Amino acid sequence: MSALSDQLVTFAILAYLVAMISHAVEYALGNARRRYVVAQPARELVGAAVGGSGGTITKAPDPAPRVTGVEGRPVGQARIAGLVAVGTTVVAAALHLAALVTRGIAADRMPWGNMYEFVLTVTFVGVAGWLVVLAKRPSLRKLGLFLTLVMVLLVATAELVLYVPVVPLVPALNSYWFIIHVSTIVFSSGILLLGVVPAVAFLMRRGYEAGKRSFPYTLAKRLPAAAALERLTFVLHAFSFPVFTFAVIAGAIWAEAAWGRPWGWDPKETWAFISWVVYAGYLHARATPSVKRNVATWIAVVGFLTMLMNLFGVNIFFTGLHSYGGLS
Amino acid sequence: MTVVDERPATPAEAPRRRPNRLLALLRNSWRQLTSMRTALVLLFLLAVAAVPGSVLPQRNISPEKVNEYFVEHPDLAPRLDRIGAFEVFGSVWFSAIYLLLFTSLIGCITPRMRDHVRALRSTPPAAPKRLDRLPQHAVLPLPEGGVPAIVEALRRRRWRVAVRGNEVSAEKGYLKETGNLVFHISMVVVLAGVALGHWYGWSGNRLLVAGEDNAFCNTRQQYAEAKLGPRVDSAHLPGFCLVLDRFEARFLESGQPDHFNATVTVEEPGKAPRSADFSVNSPLRLDGANVYLLGHGYAPVIRYTDRYGKSQVSDEPFLTTGDAGLTGEGLAAFPDANVDPKTGRRDSNLQVAFTGLYLPTAPEAPPYVRSQYPAERNPALNLVAYRGNLGLDAGIPGSVYELDERQIRTGKVKQIGDKVLRPGESWKLDDGTTVEFLGTKRYVTLSVRHDPGSGLLLVSCGFLLAGLMGSLFGRRRRVFFRVTTPGDADPAGETPTSGSSLVEAGGLPRTDYPGFADEFAQLVAAVGGGGRPDEAAGTGRDGHDRAGTREGTD
Repeated sequence: MSALSDQLVTFAILAYLVAMISHAVEYALGNARRRYVVAQPARELVGAAVGGSGGTITKAPDPAPRVTGVEGRPVGQARIAGLVAVGTTVVAAALHLAALVTRGIAADRMPWGNMYEFVLTVTFVGVAGWLVVLAKRPSLRKLGLFLTLVMVLLVATAELVLYVPVVPLVPALNSYWFIIHVSTIVFSSGILLLGVVPAVAFLMRRGYEAGKRSFPYTLAKRLPAAAALERLTFVLHAFSFPVFTFAVIAGAIWAEAAWGRPWGWDPKETWAFISWVVYAGYLHARATPSVKRNVATWIAVVGFLTMLMNLFGVNIFFTGLHSYGGLS
Repeated sequence: MTVVDERPATPAEAPRRRPNRLLALLRNSWRQLTSMRTALVLLFLLAVAAVPGSVLPQRNISPEKVNEYFVEHPDLAPRLDRIGAFEVFGSVWFSAIYLLLFTSLIGCITPRMRDHVRALRSTPPAAPKRLDRLPQHAVLPLPEGGVPAIVEALRRRRWRVAVRGNEVSAEKGYLKETGNLVFHISMVVVLAGVALGHWYGWSGNRLLVAGEDNAFCNTRQQYAEAKLGPRVDSAHLPGFCLVLDRFEARFLESGQPDHFNATVTVEEPGKAPRSADFSVNSPLRLDGANVYLLGHGYAPVIRYTDRYGKSQVSDEPFLTTGDAGLTGEGLAAFPDANVDPKTGRRDSNLQVAFTGLYLPTAPEAPPYVRSQYPAERNPALNLVAYRGNLGLDAGIPGSVYELDERQIRTGKVKQIGDKVLRPGESWKLDDGTTVEFLGTKRYVTLSVRHDPGSGLLLVSCGFLLAGLMGSLFGRRRRVFFRVTTPGDADPAGETPTSGSSLVEAGGLPRTDYPGFADEFAQLVAAVGGGGRPDEAAGTGRDGHDRAGTREGTD
């Protein structure tokens, strides 16, 4: 069962990769739409976009020769590529979920016992959240390129760096609070990590709409309107912030039972505090008209960095009471 | 989470005869402090200030690591220490930030609380003259029931309604501000709970070896380390006693712990002794204190028979060295050994001590320095014997788990040999005395704590969460309905009111609420029984977000 889970993870990564390539194809073909306006610069932009999003897209030149001056065909192809991308993302998410379930069955517990399992779950929550967003607002589909890129990177990191064999829980984790605290932390972390996708997209798109045509902004040419991205950023954060707050409170209640104090400035707790404060700052900034929306969004991006620090950095650099990562 | 800065300055205060500069300065500073911008900066500073708390070792969490840091960075550490970098969360600057933040918070929410109470008690305001100027606007035929029908439809949807003649004003979503205030007040209460726990709480750590002889009663002296809050009198600690009867530990083949359970006999004043179990994650809850299981290990039972044939037994715990195999390191000292029973004279140079390593599962072959498994599969005690003046009589405080190094250095204590003992084995020393390894007892590391603020913390956290949801998902909005009969003088002058009676409706979201257009349309449809929202007038003024009209968090 454990081996099956490992294979499913590999297939999920491949599926995310295919989804990412399909999104990239859609992106590249989408550029053809305005070819009749300026032919040459548009082609250069294809190169810039491909180079900028990780350099892993190899298929992009392939459909390029088919681009004709006629508007209809490549746009239709782009649409097909986009739908293929969404379809593969769904398949990848299903594989991802299956990997988690089999891992859980193999370990006979919730698959959140170490960092490998934790990252797998967080990323799954992220992709599931993305699919929900996509179902509600199909117009945001093009963000999928960034999302699948993040998924490939994170899941592959989990598989290559963080992998540990299945082991049962240590007694310290053996509590019903494990399910309450970890599930809510995983859920909110997943959505908060997802939240950075529209946040970064908004910052790029806003620059693009403001007329900036230098490198990172050119990527935003095909992105949805800045206002919609900003709205999505807020919705995701406003939704997950109370869940995160609850998770931290649940953690404090558990810590009181396990370690005798609700809060002890353990590195993980400290970084959860930092993330919480930064996200609280984001929500306040966004609710304040005198603070510009891009400043607020930058705060959200900083929040994402603190979350990453808490997910990876704290386990790798510091030792503390939350050292269940399985990394030595 | 709504707007706080740019509150219109109260113009009434302006005409003052002699503007007191100091007062003006104070007032301006106060306004500055309570502005949202300052609060944001303070929030950000708080986050940044917490970072060194995770990067540098902290004295209240791991004092031994702080000492290591001092050894490793002899130049830097004292300088860092001076600015409180090893006690970040109690340092002046950290406290200053959060105290300022909380002052700003209180300064911000107090007037808002007043305003909100006022808003809760007042009726929705009169309709503006031109409803078509509002972000949402619709014209519909007068429903059959007239104004009462509109009121009824609104009340059914839990709007707060005020009727003024042919006008209906309604408001909804007070929960947002209520939640907002509850959230921020809860923050203050959380801080109060922490302060309460700090002042009136206490905690102590100690080891407890199994057996009645090693019973522990809750007094200040019984703790290896104890922290008492400034308002706690050590005479008032609850007087319970604990005896460790049994400790169970199960391990997986890999050595990973699987299950712990400690069984103790508890004696509380005024109650019959009772047996109780506790474990990791399920502490022993007593009156006025909780007992937490932090760790465990082995205490080798060592019997020393001196040259006069007198035996003494030591069951001092051997502290675990931190490896997975539970290798223990410790000291069995016999300062009262070799006292001549005839004269009663004590020769301090004949004191005996053994230092050693205890390995629950010793390897097959030497060196016997590291245990391979945490359970006792092949126990071995690797002892080193010393004789001489142990230096315990000098009254200098020292560790009971280590031999005084100075005594060895100065030659007052001499090493007289070493040997590996299995349980039941004995070892005859050069002077004819014997030492026996009788077996082991379990010991547990306990943390005993009392935090009177925890209940308050829990309750305020509950309110905090509820308030947070209210403030994030509540939306304040107003709607207005005005019945215009054909004969009326129409204030707008251009609304199409010729013919039968019409109802003009307007909607105003008071907070960022992109779903308001939908809600307004539904409301108008419900009131008018099929009236159409006036699209042309309704769009374009609803703030910034037209693209996403549906909220994901409804």
